[in-house]
Amino acid sequence: MLDRSFIGHTFEPHTVEVEKGKLRFFAKAIGETDPIYFEESAARDAGYRNIPAPPSYPFSIDLEAPEFLPFLQLLDMDIGRILHGDQTFEYFGQICAGDTITCQASIKDMFDKKGGALEFVVMEVTFTNQDGELVVRSTQSIVYRN
Amino acid sequence: MSEINTEVKVGTEIPALELPPITRTTLALFAGASGDHNPIHIDIDFAKQAGMDDVFAHGMLSMAYLGRMLTRWQPQSKLRKFSNRFAAITNLQDAITCSGKVVELLEQEGETLARCEIQAVKATGEITLVGEALVAVNA
Repeated sequence: MLDRSFIGHTFEPHTVEVEKGKLRFFAKAIGETDPIYFEESAARDAGYRNIPAPPSYPFSIDLEAPEFLPFLQLLDMDIGRILHGDQTFEYFGQICAGDTITCQASIKDMFDKKGGALEFVVMEVTFTNQDGELVVRSTQSIVYRN
Repeated sequence: MSEINTEVKVGTEIPALELPPITRTTLALFAGASGDHNPIHIDIDFAKQAGMDDVFAHGMLSMAYLGRMLTRWQPQSKLRKFSNRFAAITNLQDAITCSGKVVELLEQEGETLARCEIQAVKATGEITLVGEALVAVNA
């Protein structure tokens, strides 16, 4: 059983520069073809400040933390037994290339199903830009196969 | 800016996005590009030790495909919320199709939002991701 005293735990925040080369690589890896995800001029013509980070990209910004998936060590979890249960993004602004984003993650809840065979860890990450604006909130649950 | 001339209403279908079959290369590229280096998606030896038959796709790869479907339908700047549950594992060679439809129009903070049910489905019909998007429309 995972240690539920960590409900409410707040992780060290980390700050990431959103790089256009990484955005292009991500766009290519998902088969994207819309030029706004590759060319600054196309992005600007479409009304964006710069190449926009695609809708699910905040997850990757969070993954740039110095430690890969820091909840694993905190909760003493085996990476081979985790699954992604669900994922939500709420958008309050747009993240674009050149932005500096601070990610702040916390554990919101932990519970189990199927008599403890599956445990769930619910985490929230807020994404705040260089102007102090909350631009995205992410909520995810990780499923642990016991 | 993409011009959307057709009115969005309840029942409007989001044009489906059909993806090529998932390969090991797809997963290697996505691992690098997304920063998700969990070996269960790229290292067959690790996957077998973890009790799986083979590596399998990142859930977030299919979520990115759903995102592509949404942003080629409406500009990304109109997207207010995007969520899904990962209902089944996507395996190598699975060909995913993303689809969705508007199920409700609602007013929120002065905007008309289309609530869309969205899903990713294998060629076998098995649903892998099921979720919802809120998109500002008809402005």
